[in-house]
Amino acid sequence: MLASARRPNLREGVSIAAGALTFALVVVLAEGVQSGAAPTLVLAEPFPGLRIALSPEPLGLLFALIASFLWPVTILYAIGYMRAHHEQNQTRFYASFAVSIAATLGIALAANMLTLFLFYELLTLATYPLVTHAGNDAARRAGRVYLGILMGTSVGFLLLAMVWTWQLTGTLDFTRGGVFAADADHGILNVLLVLYVFGTGKAALMPFHRWLPAAMVAPTPVSALLHAVAVVKAGVFTILKVAVYLFGIDLIAELAVADWLAGLAALTIVLASLVAMTRDNLKARLAYSTISQLSYIILGAMLGVAAGVVGGGLHIAMHAFGKITLFFCAGAIMVAAHKTRVSELDGLGRRMPLTMIAFMVGALSIIGLPPFGGTWSKWLLVQGTLDNGIWLLTAALLVSSLLNVMYLLVIPVRAFFREPPADQEGEGGEAPMASLLAIGVAVTGCLLLFFLPDPIHQLVAGVLR
Amino acid sequence: MTLIDHLPVLVVILPLLTAPLCVLLDRPVAAWGAALGAAWLTFVGAALLVGQVADGGAISYQLGGWAPPWGIEYRVDTLGAYVLLIVSAMAALVLLSARESVEREIFRVNGARFYAAFLLAFAGLMGIVATGDAFNVFVFLEISSLSTYALISMGRDRRALTAAFQYLVMGTIGATFILIGIGFLYMMTGTLNMLDLAERLPEVSNTRTVRAGFAFLTVGIGLKLAMFPLHLWMPNAYTYAPSVVTAFLAATATKVAVYVLLRFILGIFGIEFGLGRMPLEYLLIPLGLMGILSASMVAIYQVEIKRLLAYSSVAQIGYIVLGVGLANTHGITAAVLHLFNHALMKGALFIALGAVAYRIGATTLDAFSGLGRRMPLTMGAIVIGGLSLIGVPGTVGFVSKWYLVLAALERGLWPIALLVLVGSVMAVVYVWKVVERAYFSQASSGSGEASEAPLMMLIPLWTLVLANIYFGLHTDLSAGLARQAATVLSGGQGERHAFAYLDSPGSAAGAAGGAGLCQAAQSA
Repeated sequence: MLASARRPNLREGVSIAAGALTFALVVVLAEGVQSGAAPTLVLAEPFPGLRIALSPEPLGLLFALIASFLWPVTILYAIGYMRAHHEQNQTRFYASFAVSIAATLGIALAANMLTLFLFYELLTLATYPLVTHAGNDAARRAGRVYLGILMGTSVGFLLLAMVWTWQLTGTLDFTRGGVFAADADHGILNVLLVLYVFGTGKAALMPFHRWLPAAMVAPTPVSALLHAVAVVKAGVFTILKVAVYLFGIDLIAELAVADWLAGLAALTIVLASLVAMTRDNLKARLAYSTISQLSYIILGAMLGVAAGVVGGGLHIAMHAFGKITLFFCAGAIMVAAHKTRVSELDGLGRRMPLTMIAFMVGALSIIGLPPFGGTWSKWLLVQGTLDNGIWLLTAALLVSSLLNVMYLLVIPVRAFFREPPADQEGEGGEAPMASLLAIGVAVTGCLLLFFLPDPIHQLVAGVLR
Repeated sequence: MTLIDHLPVLVVILPLLTAPLCVLLDRPVAAWGAALGAAWLTFVGAALLVGQVADGGAISYQLGGWAPPWGIEYRVDTLGAYVLLIVSAMAALVLLSARESVEREIFRVNGARFYAAFLLAFAGLMGIVATGDAFNVFVFLEISSLSTYALISMGRDRRALTAAFQYLVMGTIGATFILIGIGFLYMMTGTLNMLDLAERLPEVSNTRTVRAGFAFLTVGIGLKLAMFPLHLWMPNAYTYAPSVVTAFLAATATKVAVYVLLRFILGIFGIEFGLGRMPLEYLLIPLGLMGILSASMVAIYQVEIKRLLAYSSVAQIGYIVLGVGLANTHGITAAVLHLFNHALMKGALFIALGAVAYRIGATTLDAFSGLGRRMPLTMGAIVIGGLSLIGVPGTVGFVSKWYLVLAALERGLWPIALLVLVGSVMAVVYVWKVVERAYFSQASSGSGEASEAPLMMLIPLWTLVLANIYFGLHTDLSAGLARQAATVLSGGQGERHAFAYLDSPGSAAGAAGGAGLCQAAQSA
């Protein structure tokens, strides 16, 4: 990709082709695994008995499918966005993007915790130049927060938890039903679970969520793919993996601290929704919405019941499509109408009807209303909380859905039903064609996931078989 | 006796004899050629030694044919061969980049004498490792130290003279302490041969003389090692010495001091006396931790990058000291491994600094403004070297940190594990300070014409950077050897144990590792 730096068309062509190819490969891989194959690729063995290896399993495949599908879509969008916005250093941008996706796929397919950690850190580093793309002081400060929180938590907590697990069990391989011995000391396991959950800073569980709003200084395609899909989903995916394959859901159900973590996740869901309501900057509002939605998945993982895990896994997919739609729209509004604040959007529906309709779809999917994908995952998560029996968690989910309505739906409502300010009438038009195309794909995804959730549901349910 | 049989002494004598040749040649370029040739030959010799040791166990070489313990014995075991390889590899790589840097930075004396002093320091370090005689250690220590003082004073800044003088005073105190310690041991045992010492010491280990000797040795080596709080000479010395010297010293001199520490405490006194009966554990663990945290903290506030990295070295030595203090197999593995890994990362970083000094003329933080654009390859190397310093997975730094944390957890000391990781997070701060300046600041107008470093600097630089990544993923060679050496050392039986260990099933991996290293040497 660096080689084709001087010819923008070729550069982006290569990006898209590589993206499509990657997706095709992941699909082939998924089918192979569904039919029972279990390929493993060993890359290196830095410690005796502990390898850097890739090995697909259902949860990882789901994540890999989403990431590799949305990559070419995002690049399509980025072409329109970056050119219309006259961004600098586009080659560095696309190259870092590709490395980030590679790292994400590495996380998705990792066969053990060490491999996952390797790619996790690689993802942090590869996205750093994307976050600080603007190169100004604000970007530098955001970069500091980003790197500080993500590196600090992962090195300080996650690595410690990992070495500790290795020391206790002698393995870090993801194993069905967990790796800990049945008689392991629950006190230590509680501590370990806390270290894992807080160590995964990318999951943006409060109080380690500050990096996500900070990272919104990045160009919108980056926010869209990385901060609605790849980076944050890598975080919650890690937590799901740890819960299912290192601890095992039965053990999670026994651990006292899991309930507290679920409570913290519920708190994050509600608090982040409340904060989102106060944010006028569109991207910041979406960022806090993401924080809130991520905690749905953490909650699902910490419930220790099957419905929670399946719901969490599904929510990775549903939220990815919903949120990427929203971010695409936010970026389109910024490029076409140069608006970044919610309060400026009055009457925009008339000038950018397609974008605003798409925004509406994304919002409804996030809220969890039919006929959009988000319905299913919320359904399962609520069912999970009922199975778990802590009614406060159920309440938190429902309250949050209401809050979602208030802070997300208000945007298209304002855009369609309010009069535009008199001095801006008729200015500008729709977003660039390439961007609209990408938005269309994402919206279709939201719809399809409602009517055809079965393949994905099958895939995730395979985790528990 | 073929030449191969003389390898243990050849790797010392070759640089030693080339040094006067450099003075005779008198022209810097010719002297550089001679020095480079000698260094590479020595490196090949060291690689062969690693292979030999892996195949046949420790090698004993009698100097002049006098049988030990009367004659001087040279003895190369796994750990020794490993350190010899590191030192000679670093010398060979650093010298490769030296010519241009020396032309630019050394003008008060003839460049040829610089190479002579460099080779003497190199020979001294090799001698410390190769010898099996305690007094010989002191002799070689003085050879390398005296030539190092001279090398540091050649820096272009006049403050180099004070730095060298400071080091001279501290280093001499250290050397004297070591000498006193060795004297005490000789008094009690009547021998200077390390093996003999290890054998006879247990009988007399309850005497105050032996304990005093142990204390003198520890402090003396601690001074040479720049162990916190005896590190005060180091930041100045590293800052004002010529770039080449800093790169070489940072990658080798402290490593050899670590070797001496391991050799004396674990090899001669034995782990049971050194860390069991003497309260060294309670000294090394807190000092190591304090070194890690305080030096990292100081590094964060430095604006001269050479000094920043010098403080980072103090912190990294803290990791090594901590590993020794933890005194289990993983801890000592971490220490020995970090010896190798830290040489790789600091070697790379200081060579990169040399390149920056060569192009920009300074290595302050300001000099780095906008360098990401003007010297992309050099800055790329600094970023990867820095990541390795932090301990990002996939680099060598991660591997050593892994073993260290594992060792702490094995002892049930999880707060120590946490503090080690806090040290890593602090490393993120000081590394990123440089990265931000290089990529986010515009260059000041005065130095606009700087371009990429010369090829002869980039080759050794990127060799080391790639080694940082390679050995971060494939640790059979580095960690394999380190584990082997650690098992021998923590076995507490001194050297003789080596043979027993090598007969065990684990030796297959070790032998494969040795063979691999030889191949690596040939392909390099």
